[in-house]
Amino acid sequence: MKRTVERLSGARVDVSRPLTFMFDGQPYRGFAGDSLASALLANGLSVVGRSFKLHRPRGVLGTGKEECNALVQLESGAFSEPNARATLVPLYKGLNATGQNAWPNVQFDLLGAMGALKRFLPASFYYKTFMWPNWHSWEWLIRRVAGLGAAPLSADPQGYIKQNIHADVVVIGAGRSGLQAALSASADESCRVLLIDEQEEFGGALLASPLDADRQWLDDALAQLEARANITLLRRTTVNGYYDNNVLAALERVSNHLGPVVVERPRERLWRIFAGRVVLATGALERPMVFPNNDRPGIMLASALAEYTHRYGLTLAERPVFYTNNDTAWRRALALADAGLPVLAIVDTRTAVDGELLQQAEAAGIDIYLGTAITNTAGRGGVRKVTLHRIAADGGSLGGAVTSLRCDLLAMSGGWTPTIHLYSQSGGRLQYRDSDACFVPADAHQSVSVVGRANGDFGEPANLQPQWLTPDVSSEKQWLDFQYDVTASDIQLAARENFVSVEHVKRYTTNGMSVDQGKTSNINGLGVLAQTLGRPVPEVGTTRFRPPYHPTTVGAFAGVELGALYAPYQRLPAHALHEAAGAVFEDYGAWRRPAYYPGPGESEERALARESLAVRQGVGLLDYSPLGKLEVHGPDAREFLNRVYINNIQTLKVGGARYGLMLDEGGIVIDDGIVVCLAEDHFLLNTTSGGAQAIHQHLEEWLQCEWLDLEVIVNNLTSQWATLMLSGPKARDVLCKLSGDIDVSREAFAHMQFREGTLLGQPCRILRASFTGEVSFEISVPAGHGPALWQALMTAGDEYDIAPFGLESLMLLRTEKGYLHIGSDTDGNTMPQDLGWAPAIEKKPADFIGRRSLAQAVGKDPDRFQFTGIELMDPDGRVESGAHVLTSDGSSTAGYVTSAFHSPSLGRTVALGLVAGAHARDGEKITIFGQGSKQAARLVKPGAYDEAGEALNG
Amino acid sequence: MIVIQCPWCGSRSEEEFTCGGESHILRPEKPAEVSDEEWAAYLYQRKNPKGVHYERWRHTYGCRQWFNVARDTVTHEVVAVYRMNEPRPTPEAEGA
Repeated sequence: MKRTVERLSGARVDVSRPLTFMFDGQPYRGFAGDSLASALLANGLSVVGRSFKLHRPRGVLGTGKEECNALVQLESGAFSEPNARATLVPLYKGLNATGQNAWPNVQFDLLGAMGALKRFLPASFYYKTFMWPNWHSWEWLIRRVAGLGAAPLSADPQGYIKQNIHADVVVIGAGRSGLQAALSASADESCRVLLIDEQEEFGGALLASPLDADRQWLDDALAQLEARANITLLRRTTVNGYYDNNVLAALERVSNHLGPVVVERPRERLWRIFAGRVVLATGALERPMVFPNNDRPGIMLASALAEYTHRYGLTLAERPVFYTNNDTAWRRALALADAGLPVLAIVDTRTAVDGELLQQAEAAGIDIYLGTAITNTAGRGGVRKVTLHRIAADGGSLGGAVTSLRCDLLAMSGGWTPTIHLYSQSGGRLQYRDSDACFVPADAHQSVSVVGRANGDFGEPANLQPQWLTPDVSSEKQWLDFQYDVTASDIQLAARENFVSVEHVKRYTTNGMSVDQGKTSNINGLGVLAQTLGRPVPEVGTTRFRPPYHPTTVGAFAGVELGALYAPYQRLPAHALHEAAGAVFEDYGAWRRPAYYPGPGESEERALARESLAVRQGVGLLDYSPLGKLEVHGPDAREFLNRVYINNIQTLKVGGARYGLMLDEGGIVIDDGIVVCLAEDHFLLNTTSGGAQAIHQHLEEWLQCEWLDLEVIVNNLTSQWATLMLSGPKARDVLCKLSGDIDVSREAFAHMQFREGTLLGQPCRILRASFTGEVSFEISVPAGHGPALWQALMTAGDEYDIAPFGLESLMLLRTEKGYLHIGSDTDGNTMPQDLGWAPAIEKKPADFIGRRSLAQAVGKDPDRFQFTGIELMDPDGRVESGAHVLTSDGSSTAGYVTSAFHSPSLGRTVALGLVAGAHARDGEKITIFGQGSKQAARLVKPGAYDEAGEALNG
Repeated sequence: MIVIQCPWCGSRSEEEFTCGGESHILRPEKPAEVSDEEWAAYLYQRKNPKGVHYERWRHTYGCRQWFNVARDTVTHEVVAVYRMNEPRPTPEAEGA
């Protein structure tokens, strides 16, 4: 490639602002307004990449999204970005890029020797060869040889954000058609218009036009748009997805062009666009010609040569040859000649060409070869020579050799492919147009219009005659997908092996699966397939287009939802006090709760032992605030709850509390808790902490969808109250010391009773229930007073050596007692009879949710997994929850351990489980398998500690 | 993504809602008296039409209210939105 000494006048680069940059460790110079690709070309670099499979040298092919050769690793370290298209990277000062998939570099890649192996590495090579003993034996090697850029290994220091936007009309693409659409839509001031374009500046193909009239038109259009208040202009933004209801996803490169710096603005913004009407003005992509060794550096698209010349002011060649099957390349050649640049020849596979074009080309001194094909190219590191043969008018066979041309650049045009990716994603149907050999939009599925070249309105006749591949010469080196090294012979091989569906051929050959997703290779591949099968192109069909149109940074999908913002969490009212007490916090559902409070150097097991013994022997205090608190209010509240719980709620008296189980309609236990009757028409449901929200929704669904006649209101007040659980033989003594008007004496306030009053001058609710097996007071005060109550109880308990205890200690205590924990000791199959509730259900006359399901055959199976205690035969044995209970012959699973702790009170392991038919097997010996070993155990009744259950009455 | 007209809150994005599956499924009035087959059908048998599907949705991140949506399963077009206590619209009313 020729180095550009001086940019042409009229180029859209600012030669007064030179920018230095690095490529493969060498310093170069470009200008503001350059892309990395134009700057590399300006410096005469013809080899800027290597192909994926064969490490063939690759030069710049295009100017935009379609680029499949000039892939670079941009920047390094945490800022590194693999597979950046040099054509899409705006040059900035200090830019540092390296070539990919090459060693030591793209100019002299030792793995380039792979290229000689092409004929031994056809499409199916990997599938057929690396089967013994299996693919994984070879994967590591192949991954080292074939490859793309490297993903950064450290966290991305730059930020990303997501944003929604609504518009009446969204115009995608700001070339001539898009600008016209935006101008006419925004003429109505009440119409909110959004104009989006992926380039650094608006203008699309107009930016590459050498005509002054085009530039003037562009300037005028932009001035008009800028002046309008009802239009939003988004530059550097690529629309990547088109979804139902005219919802679009777009990626805006907000600060990428500033380089590897952390700025206040995000690096990229993911837009979610809600559009009334969409106008697609996405233009068209030029296709390569298919001929032997068409992948040589220095061979580029004719439109790319035009853009590098007229937009970037490069002088790339002294002897450029154009090779085409249509008129558009002729106009590029003439424009080049008009700009005073040399054009050596135009080679055209067609036998006849428009007389006016011929005349102009002859006048410009361009050699013309009609009915001629290029049958080979030569040159190291760049094209130096092309060989020409005559080709028959039908394109089916070659005639004699014509000549060979010495050249330094080959510009090719195999026709144009409308950019219909988004249109196809929108659900619109495509139709093949023979005259231009391309797919164009047919029936739209959503409110979308396609305009300009995207709609196949090319504005100038192309008179195209497709030439899908070059006949009578080997198809082995006729490249289709330059990046993945897919050639015409691979498509032919697939067809021979009966891969005739276009989707199968794509996967088998990987044609169109490279990073550009077939933007230049799809239609050519389709043409070769159709020709091989002897069927017309539309019958072969095209692959489906799916989002994203262009790769999207993963960080943009994450947005700000990282680290601490990954998921919302709730803190306890007294969080700061727990922190000060040295609590270890864990996430329990949405709540961040103390798991335990280790002393200095204390292990988790020792902390749990100390805390649980304090509760058993003295007193402990637990922050129980996440306990579900649903209030059910209304004249039908009692009837409603009687339908919701398996227990009889009709007989529950005001001030009384009752344990209850809730089922879904399939009979599965979904929650347990304590129902408190506050008044005849007012109830408090203490649901499980993790289930409060789900149970609230469950109740709402039944009220809103099934029992619309019931007058009931359900309110989730869980976070309105701070709840502290004071538990242990000394609990009452501690509570007595606080000033309040609730009589907490044993005589006045029995187990499973509820009182309301004041405590420390605040409204207070106290429930006597027990999840530890000891005397417990569950004391609730308005959330804001939680910390004060915590401090008051800790101070009052000081003389009894009160210990704060965490949720893990609570789990230990309730496991000792054999108290069930929904979700730990139950699974998605557990029915109430598995928990021993069959007799209680018998006594309830009324129907309740799920009752009928219990009577299905599945509910009566004697081998159902039933809730049981498990005792290890070895008093020093340990077991973890999740361990399997084996069948008697040891061949299979007959249940598992659901909760297990070492009990400091009993000096041995206590465990609970779900075991097949356990209720009829009390005392039976079983074998447990866990952590790779077996141990003997026996089934016992749950509740190893205080079997009489006296402690909780205290 | 579909946009749903919540009867209480207006036009909102799909992600604010939760789909609760087929609507208009009648719970047997006396569950104890129906056969196992009838009960199983009530629990599990659902329509899977190609075309308009009547389903219930909840505006989970809004008013938390349930309502009915008639949605075309092919085009994802929301054909009608109506409250839980309103009758299912007739095909004529949908213009289908």
